[in-house]
Amino acid sequence: MATAVIPVRERENYLNKEYGVRSWLLTTDHKRIALLYLITITFFFFIGGIFALLIRLELLTPAGDLVQSDTYNKLFTMHGQVMIFFFLIPSIPAVLGNFLVPMMIGAKDLAFPKLNLLSWYLLVIAGVMMLHAIATGGVDTGWTFYTPFSTSFSNTKVIEAGLSIFVAGFSSILTGLNFVVTIHRMRAPGLTWSRLPLFIWAHYATSIIQLLGTPVLAITLVLVVLERALNLGIFDPTRGGDPLLFQHLFWFYSHPAVYIMILPSMGVISEIIPCFARKRPFGYSFIAMSSLAIAVFGFLVWAHHMFVAGMSIYAAMIFSLLSYAVAVPSAIKVFNWTATMYKGSIRFNTPMLYAFGFIGLFTMGGLTGLFLAALGLDVHVTDTYFVVAHFHYIMVGGAVMGYLGGMHFWWPKISGRMYPEAWGRLAALIVFIGFNLTFFPQFVLGYVGMPRRYWQYPSEFQVLNVLSTAGSTILAVGYLLPMIYFLWSMRYGKPAPDNPWGAAGLEWMSASPPPTYNFDETPVVTWEAYPYGEIAVPEEAPVER
Amino acid sequence: MSEHTVSSKLYYAIWILLLVLTVVTAWIATIDLGPLNTIVALAIATVKATVVVLFFMHVKYTSEKMTKVVIASAIFWMLLLLMLSLTDYTWRLAPGTN
Amino acid sequence: MSDSPVTIETHNPALQHHFADMEQQRNAASFGMWLFLATEIMFFSGMFCAYLVYRYWYFNEFAVSSTTLNLPLGTVNTAVLICSSLTVALSVQAAQQGKRKLLVTLLVLTLLLGLVFLGIKGVEWKEKFDEHHVPGYSFDVSKMAKESPIPIDGQRAQIFFSLYFAMTGMHALHMIVGVGLFTWLTYRAWKGAFGPGYYTPVENFGLYWHFVDIVWIYLFPLLYLIDRKPLH
Repeated sequence: MATAVIPVRERENYLNKEYGVRSWLLTTDHKRIALLYLITITFFFFIGGIFALLIRLELLTPAGDLVQSDTYNKLFTMHGQVMIFFFLIPSIPAVLGNFLVPMMIGAKDLAFPKLNLLSWYLLVIAGVMMLHAIATGGVDTGWTFYTPFSTSFSNTKVIEAGLSIFVAGFSSILTGLNFVVTIHRMRAPGLTWSRLPLFIWAHYATSIIQLLGTPVLAITLVLVVLERALNLGIFDPTRGGDPLLFQHLFWFYSHPAVYIMILPSMGVISEIIPCFARKRPFGYSFIAMSSLAIAVFGFLVWAHHMFVAGMSIYAAMIFSLLSYAVAVPSAIKVFNWTATMYKGSIRFNTPMLYAFGFIGLFTMGGLTGLFLAALGLDVHVTDTYFVVAHFHYIMVGGAVMGYLGGMHFWWPKISGRMYPEAWGRLAALIVFIGFNLTFFPQFVLGYVGMPRRYWQYPSEFQVLNVLSTAGSTILAVGYLLPMIYFLWSMRYGKPAPDNPWGAAGLEWMSASPPPTYNFDETPVVTWEAYPYGEIAVPEEAPVER
Repeated sequence: MSEHTVSSKLYYAIWILLLVLTVVTAWIATIDLGPLNTIVALAIATVKATVVVLFFMHVKYTSEKMTKVVIASAIFWMLLLLMLSLTDYTWRLAPGTN
Repeated sequence: MSDSPVTIETHNPALQHHFADMEQQRNAASFGMWLFLATEIMFFSGMFCAYLVYRYWYFNEFAVSSTTLNLPLGTVNTAVLICSSLTVALSVQAAQQGKRKLLVTLLVLTLLLGLVFLGIKGVEWKEKFDEHHVPGYSFDVSKMAKESPIPIDGQRAQIFFSLYFAMTGMHALHMIVGVGLFTWLTYRAWKGAFGPGYYTPVENFGLYWHFVDIVWIYLFPLLYLIDRKPLH
């Protein structure tokens, strides 16, 4: 259903339908809300990134010579809090999910458009609270807020940061609620569950985690705030309290939270690979079911963050075993993506480059997770840079690359413009190189014993630290490039056709950018998902700038 | 949610049942049943909660399968948190215990 | 709703444009409220978990501290909430049947019962405050410890009271929200916004109210009834 490429400004779409600040700040259009989120999370990505660069600067030399130790504690704490709660957790669901979920199922909007806007405002309010906490002294407890330091000893803005994350949590919960109801109740006629895009399955699973896990974080933060403000003793060992109780409650959410961060990214990869291999996904139902399996199993493993904290060794063994089990569904996905590419007709556009990066880096991150799940090994590498490298491989090498791949893949749909392909590929390469240079040395550092969250270290670790810092500057360049050329493309980019990639999915059957109500007529679906082999690759599939 | 109309008589009957069970649970707590006290108290509470869910909240009459799935999931997840956490506490001594 | 054949309503003034018809809208709203209640169950779970592990570890302190709670007032409060659940269920019925005056009366009754609950809770808290059982600076359970038939540790008792205030406080906060919601509902009902064609808010806020009642149904035995055997 390709239409002639009509210049963007002549056709009414969700971007030009109304102008003015009010039309954006009071919008209930899921596509506009997605863009509001895009601006917000990009802003916080910058803030979190600045903290990261300061950390890496300090770690250039073994001595603690850039900042004081207390300040360093604040740097890594706020890097973690900002990146996790204000960038990673919202990122794909709030930007790509908000934009695409209704379109992929043939709906006019999410089930609760006003609640969607409220979700964004909650994130913004939480963000303002966090910025204020940072500006007036910051927090130094680590993003994990462990008690009794956070409740009884720290002199920093624990209460404010805790309340900020509480509010951000509700933003996340309401988005999850919206997605579940939408996916259940608003699918187009003929769109059965087994015809849903895998992106939808991934977001459905993510939403379940958001709904069931985030409230526990909320109550935990409330208890910390109450304890700190009212001098209670629930987590204070000198008064009969148990610090591990905080950790149990905290990790009950925060472990599934990492699946909130990776599942949507996996959903993106599941859309990109079939498109750029021109093949239906191998094992569609396995990929779909593995998303649900990850959502459920992810709730069974949280105490693997507490192996050396003093928990019962028998409970630790149970959690260790469960942690091995949770790796299986992720592995199933990796095998299926690889099998999808086998004998496919591969094109190396930017989204596909990010997908390749994702598969390799996520696999490394995931496998090193298994090292950590082994009790004996964990005793040696826990709280070292090995852990730091492990989770950055998944969160940055996995989740962020999936996010960038998705942004490139759907940018023509969102903006009506093509990004410059050569720059896209260059940036992907720079990101990949910068990422590995930053984080691979950290595996080695952790293995040879450098602890995390220390602002000085023995001089024999310096070479690896210098490599890591150098890598981080390259990575920063890699991240800046897309920000620049995406903005550039909104003015000067080639106008995009409806379906530049020849991709399957209802969203590609609408205009680029789409009209406010997404479709001129509600589509009726009579085909199975991913009919690759029946969709022609348009000759205009851009391969040059 | 459902189209079924429930008679007010049923509501009043449930109301009386709930009040009676409240009195019963308060009274039984004063009788020594050993470890059974806790079990009985929670059992009565569960009967009360079930009756509120089924009748006052209409779940018995709804045609929506998802409502029951949501309730069951939430209860299951809560039990997950409670039971798995308990594995750590049953095999670890409280501070200050000899 | 009634015996009339199912019609696809697309001209109901309450229909929002992204829904195909009222059935879909009603369905979605109800599903959304149940999902929200599921999140509330998980929210309270955190405190139930804390309660569970400390009761397991510090049973004696929990049992003795529990006896200092006002059993008659707690029981009355439980009954008050049960009555309010009845009025809520009847109000949904009244809305279904288009009986506006009855609906308003029942909603106001619900409100009042909710306020009674909060009032009694306030009285109980004041009692605890006067007995120095509020954790914090003036916490002092020496009297309770002296009168206890079994030796108890004051610090461990403090944990019971911390959880008591956290749990009943969080519950009371939800009650206050409920009272606010029902005030809005009463106003809208009085304006005639609800009838057989549209009563979704009454139904869904009713679900919320029942949920808050159910939380109390569990809090009552867990906090008040740990050990009420008469001392011998």
